Amino acid sequence: MSAIELLKTPLHALHLELGAKMVPFAGYEMPVNYPGGIIHEHRHCRESAALFDVSHMGQVRLVGEESARALESLVPVDVCDLAVGRQRYAFFTNPHGGILDDLMITRRETDLLLVVNASRKQDDLRHLVTHIGQRCHVQPMPERALLALQGPRAAAVLARLNGGVAALVFMTGGRFALDGIDCFVTRSGYTGEDGFEISVPTEQAETLARALLRQPEVAPAGLGARDTLRLEAGLCLYGHDIDETTTPVEAGLTWAIQKVRRAGGARAGGYPGAPAIDAQLSQGPAVKRVGLVGLERVPVREGAKLFDAQGGALGRVTSGTLAPTVNQPVAMAYLAADHALPGHEVQADVRGRRLPMRVAPMPFAPHRYHRA
Amino acid sequence: MTTMYTPDHEWINIEDHEAATVGITQHAQDALGDVVFVDLPEVGRSFKKGEVAGVVESVKAAADIYMPVAGEIVEVNEALRADPSLANSDPLGEGWFFKVHVTNMAEFDQLMDAPAYDLLVKKG
Repeated sequence: MSAIELLKTPLHALHLELGAKMVPFAGYEMPVNYPGGIIHEHRHCRESAALFDVSHMGQVRLVGEESARALESLVPVDVCDLAVGRQRYAFFTNPHGGILDDLMITRRETDLLLVVNASRKQDDLRHLVTHIGQRCHVQPMPERALLALQGPRAAAVLARLNGGVAALVFMTGGRFALDGIDCFVTRSGYTGEDGFEISVPTEQAETLARALLRQPEVAPAGLGARDTLRLEAGLCLYGHDIDETTTPVEAGLTWAIQKVRRAGGARAGGYPGAPAIDAQLSQGPAVKRVGLVGLERVPVREGAKLFDAQGGALGRVTSGTLAPTVNQPVAMAYLAADHALPGHEVQADVRGRRLPMRVAPMPFAPHRYHRA
Repeated sequence: MTTMYTPDHEWINIEDHEAATVGITQHAQDALGDVVFVDLPEVGRSFKKGEVAGVVESVKAAADIYMPVAGEIVEVNEALRADPSLANSDPLGEGWFFKVHVTNMAEFDQLMDAPAYDLLVKKG
């Protein structure tokens, strides 16, 4: 087997120093967990503050007068009305209304900052350059690392480095000096907790990470805990819970499609797959993403097939695990709309055994965002 | 040698060949991470060498437990079923999986001894 050269984030040496178990992920060598283990890291994030290296994700800036209008031709989201300092969740769609990637958009003074998935960033860049590269400058930002500080103590910790961050609320961002380092901070994350994502110059990322880890409330957490935390929070993982074959409507992400971009809105449509998505918005989707809670203490994982009481095939699990905080098996799946009802019981096939699961509202663990 | 090892990272202790104890190795528990579920075989059921006799699941993955040797299950570790984290905290002791009545000692002798297993783990 030929060795594929894995990319390293600016914190690679720090991960090794901290005793991380490193795994390949989206072309990078990333920490899956540190010596305390995934469950410990997961709980620490729910109870205190966890530091994640998410520098593998793609940061891209769009510069130019037309950048918001241009971006609206690729996402069904209101970008034009996004005020400076405000952030929005979005997705690139394909001509069938499927999801090419999900992303965060923040309007800054002089540009739009996009954060996209690591596994999709090359494709996303190509997509952006091809379709809107004539209307704005599409600039990848390899000079920036990305850290996430998440948990109920995150705000107190970060305020120690710069009291100004306390003014941020969920889904807003601004430029702050943290320990003298010029950072762009948003109050957002992927854990369901209050917290921040910090865009930092690569050469100063390790200094900042060490400054954060010196705070008594902070412990490092890896991709393993990141996955269990986001799953409990009911947040989709691209390539698993959403992909090119699922639409935002089927995925239950219609809250991210503002009225102004829907049929009848002032800037309706005009993005790939708009007719398909508008049709699903008005008629309802045939299948829906649901949360499932296992009634037996057996983890039900991605790929597990789902059946109704009569043994009829219903679909399959898109991600699942035994959730550390809710302490039950939880999963996501797509079910026919008439099965996607709270309390509805389905059977999951795990190694030939049928395990009962119940459709449950998401998030499985309550969101604790700091809203205005 | 009373304890031998498999390439699949199980150990078997044969001090009592009518009830030889089987578990997963330190390396296996470390690779799996936090164990949250074990599926143990039924007592009285017989397996061939190499058959899947159980499953161990961590937060991030599920792994099969293969029979190190042929035999009949005579006991399973109910304490492990109740507290799967014993497989992490004490994989070679309290975290054992099941006991098996070994019928063919030659199969046991073909397994790896501790130095051979350590070498396998080091080579990765």
